[in-house]
Amino acid sequence: MNYKEHKSEPFWWGMFSQGGVIAALLIPIHIFLGGIAVHLGLIDAELMSHERLTDLLQNPLVKLYLCVLLIFPLYHAAHRIRFTLAEIGLHSLAKVLPFLCYGGALLGTAAVLYILWILL
Amino acid sequence: MSDLRTIKITVLRYRPEEEDAPTEQTYDVEFRDDWVVLDALNHIKDHIDGTLSFRWSCRMGVCGSCGMMVNGEPKLTCAAMLRDYYPNEVRVEPLVNFPIVRDLVIDMTDFMDKLKAVKPWIIREEEKPVSEGEYLQTPDQLKDYKQFSQCINCMLCYAACPVYGLEHDFVGPAAIALGHRYNLDSRDEGNQQRQHVIASKEGIWECTYVGECSVVCPKHVDPAEAIQQTKVATTTNRFKSLVMPWGNKK
Repeated sequence: MNYKEHKSEPFWWGMFSQGGVIAALLIPIHIFLGGIAVHLGLIDAELMSHERLTDLLQNPLVKLYLCVLLIFPLYHAAHRIRFTLAEIGLHSLAKVLPFLCYGGALLGTAAVLYILWILL
Repeated sequence: MSDLRTIKITVLRYRPEEEDAPTEQTYDVEFRDDWVVLDALNHIKDHIDGTLSFRWSCRMGVCGSCGMMVNGEPKLTCAAMLRDYYPNEVRVEPLVNFPIVRDLVIDMTDFMDKLKAVKPWIIREEEKPVSEGEYLQTPDQLKDYKQFSQCINCMLCYAACPVYGLEHDFVGPAAIALGHRYNLDSRDEGNQQRQHVIASKEGIWECTYVGECSVVCPKHVDPAEAIQQTKVATTTNRFKSLVMPWGNKK
């Protein structure tokens, strides 16, 4: 067997790993704040109003935060889906799957950047 | 003896000169309370059926020879108490994910090749003469790798690993953990010589962190952790070399 160090895999795994941390730590907080706390009356609904959140988006730091929050988990999902598909039987597609999965994440990245920095 | 009980042991048989495919055979074995599955196999071989083939040596969880599937789980048969299965029957099969040579004996060539590929020994760029003394190590430096040095090459982790089951080129848990053990050793300078194997497509990147290797490991080596640590170190080094290409890559 001729082994060769894989040069690109650490990059994708690094994105997967960071995405996992963000998905596990930050997304539940947002689900709680926007989806549960307001409806339970734990925080003032006015704080989460559309106008206030749209105003917040004018701050580039908020945009940057949203980029991190939304983009990294896309790579986490892409990596997971890639390996899951290979393991449930699409092994013959193992060479194509990275392009499809990470390609999807790259498209998602472009969409996030477009929406946050151009549309809004 | 009053403490004798009888248990059914079903064993996978494969005699390539007689049959094309494996069959199974059931034996009734009288056992004592302190008998393990390996004792039952030795009892069968000595008193019931001398044609049964299986590997064993130390009988005390050190040699790593007697790993087999016991009721579908990879186990050291010298550590699987019969009383824990009684009154149900016990099924003994060769470790899955390996070709069978005969009965319960598997062909371990693939594992031996992979083990050799990670160079599990201390590599020095330059050996110092014996007259200069030993390579000293502090207790803390020993602690860094000690856990990963407990591997007895029993291959239970390869039988448990679903990735190895699907992808036989995967270097696998024990070999990667042993390579990692030497990479962590303060006396070793062979990291670069192992990196192309350990960080290859067939190496750490094939692992999806299922963790079954660590669950079945009889020596608590935790190969899944070794692979995870290597992934983090390799990724950190890769990002460092991208950000600081002039940096020392060692």
